[in-house]
Amino acid sequence: MQIFRTLLLRLATTAVTLVGAAVIVFFVIRVVPGNPIAMMLPPGATEDDIRRLTALYGFDKSIPEQFVIWAGGVLSGDFGMSITARQPVLDLVLGRLPATLELSLMALVIAVFIGGVSALTGTRERGTRIEAAIDVSNGMALSVPDFLWGLILVLVFGVAFPIFHISGRITPSLDLPFSTDFYLIESVIRLRFDLWLDLVSHMLLPALALAIPLAAIISQLLKQSLKETMHLDYVTLSRTKGYGETHVITREALPNAILPTLTLVGVQFTFLIGGTVIIERLFSYEGLGNMAIDAVINRDLPLIQGIVLLFALIFTGVNLAVDLLYAVLNPRLRHA
Amino acid sequence: MSFLTLEGLSARLKGTDHRLLRKVSLSVAAGEVRGLVGESGAGKSMIGKAILGILPRSVEIVAGSIVLDGVDLQSLSPRERRRKIGASCALIPQDPLTALNPSRRIAPQITDRLVDILGWDRKRAEDRALELLGEVHIAEPERVLRSYPHELSGGMRQRILIASAFAAEPKLIVADEPTTALDVTVQKQILKLIGEMQRRHGTALLFVTHDLGVVSKVCQTLSVLYGGMVVEDSDVRSFFAAPGHAYSRALLAASPKYTDPDGSLTPVPDAVIEAVRQEVAAADRTWSHG
Repeated sequence: MQIFRTLLLRLATTAVTLVGAAVIVFFVIRVVPGNPIAMMLPPGATEDDIRRLTALYGFDKSIPEQFVIWAGGVLSGDFGMSITARQPVLDLVLGRLPATLELSLMALVIAVFIGGVSALTGTRERGTRIEAAIDVSNGMALSVPDFLWGLILVLVFGVAFPIFHISGRITPSLDLPFSTDFYLIESVIRLRFDLWLDLVSHMLLPALALAIPLAAIISQLLKQSLKETMHLDYVTLSRTKGYGETHVITREALPNAILPTLTLVGVQFTFLIGGTVIIERLFSYEGLGNMAIDAVINRDLPLIQGIVLLFALIFTGVNLAVDLLYAVLNPRLRHA
Repeated sequence: MSFLTLEGLSARLKGTDHRLLRKVSLSVAAGEVRGLVGESGAGKSMIGKAILGILPRSVEIVAGSIVLDGVDLQSLSPRERRRKIGASCALIPQDPLTALNPSRRIAPQITDRLVDILGWDRKRAEDRALELLGEVHIAEPERVLRSYPHELSGGMRQRILIASAFAAEPKLIVADEPTTALDVTVQKQILKLIGEMQRRHGTALLFVTHDLGVVSKVCQTLSVLYGGMVVEDSDVRSFFAAPGHAYSRALLAASPKYTDPDGSLTPVPDAVIEAVRQEVAAADRTWSHG
C-alpha cells in the first residue's frame, strides 16, 4: 500500500505548504504600500470617517493580531468580506473559479494534444525535414511568452480575420439556463450546443495563447525521450515481431517515454494557471485571474488573500495528482 | 532446400563509401544451426539485423538479396516484409535486461505477436505462453506471466525471451550473442536450453557469436567474417579439424582454451590481419569495376 502512504505524506506536506502560502501573502500585502481604506473613501472624507472605517475592517489592530483573526476565520470557513464588492470572499472566489478551471483545462487539453501529436509525428519522421520543421516551430513557440501569443492571436483572429470572440466568456445578450458556474461543462450536459459553441469561440484564443508554449515544451521533451527509447532493445524486438512504426512508437516506446514529460507537465500546468492572470485580463475573461488583478488594484486585502490561498491549493493539488499518476504509470515505483 | 539464402548482400553507411557488408552469401537450411563468427565490427550482428529488417536507419543495402522461404524480401512492400519476418523469424536478443519492456507485464510481451500478427485468439495465445514457459523450465509460470520484468532475474528473463522467440513456431531464429550479457554459470544453462529448444522445435538457428567455443558446442556449420566479408564457410567438424583460411586458424588459436585456463592468450598476429585486410581491399577493387 505504497500509494496510500505516499498520498498521506503528500497531504501532510500540502497542509504545510498552504499555511506557508497564507502567512507569506498575508504579511507581504500588508508591508506593500497602499491603503485599502484610502481607496474606498471619497476625496473629502474626514479624519473621523477614516478612523471608523479602519476600525470596522480591523486595520487598526497590529498585523499579527489581524492574522490570528483572519486565520481563525479561515479555519471555520470564513474568508472575510471583500472590501470593494462587500460580499463574502468565498462566494466571489468560488463563483469565478470554474471559469478559470475551464480555461486552464482547455488550454491543457490543447497543449497535450498539439504537443503529443507533434512529438509522435516528429519521432516517426525523425531525421527528415518534417522533424526539422517541428523543431523550428517549437523554438518559435517557446521564444514568445503566452501574453504575446495572446496579442498576436487577437490581432490575427480577432482583428484581421474576426473569426473568434476576443472579449469576455460568453455573449452577454444570451439567456443562460445554467445552475452552476461550469458553463462549458453544463452546456454539454444540457445539450445546448449553441451555447457551447459561443463559449468555445470565446475561450479558444485565450486557451490557445496559454497552450502554445506548453505544447512546444511537451513536444520537445516527449520527442527527445521517445527518440532515446526507440533505440532500446525491447523496441527493436517488437519490430522483429512484425509491428510497424506507429505501433512500436505508441505501444512500446510511449508508455516509458512519457514519464519525464508527465512530471514536467505537472510543473508547467501550474505555471499555465499562473499565466491565466494576464491572459484573462487581456481577453477580459471573467475568471479568477482577472479578479485577482482588480483586487490588487483596489487593495482589496481579504480578496487577495482568498485568491492566493485558492491558487496555492490548486498548485499543490496538481502536483499531488501528478505524483499519483506517475505511480500508476510506472510499475517500478508501485512496488519499490 | 535452404530456408534462408543471402546472395551477395552488400550494405554501407547511408550516403558514404563506408562498407559494412561485402557481398555476403550464406544459406541456412531448415533445422540447420549456423554460427556467425567474427570479431567486434566484423558485421555478424549486421547480417542478423538485415535478415530481421531491423537495420539502423543509417545503414542501406546496396546490392544482393535476402531470400526467405523462397521469397525475396526486397520485392515485398515494407508492411508485407515485416509481417513475413514476424510470422516466420524471431530474435533472441543479447541483453535480457533491456529486451523486455519495463512497463508491460510478461504475458502480453509473449502473446502480442500471436494475437496481433498471427490472429490467434487471446485464450489460445495465453495457453501457449504457459506451455512455453514450462518448456524453458520456469517454475510457477502463472506468476511469472503476471510479473513485470524488474521482478525477475536476468537468467529468468533470458529464458522468457527464448520462450517468446519460439512462440510462433518460427522457421528461423537469429540468436544475437544470447549469452554474452550473462554470467558464466548461467551462460552454460542458457546455451543448453537454446540447443534443447532448437532440437525440440526443429528450428533453423543463426547463432551470432564471437566465441568459437560456443560454436563448437551448438552449431553444425559456420561462417567466419572479417570486415563484413565471409572469409570462410565450413561445417563445424572440418573447421575445427583444419580451418581453411589463415585468419580462421589465427582466430581459433586466439580463443582461450577451457582445457588450459592458465595458458597465455595468443593474439591474432598482425601479419594475418594485414593479409586479410588486403584480401578485403582486393575484393573491393574488383567489385567497383563490375
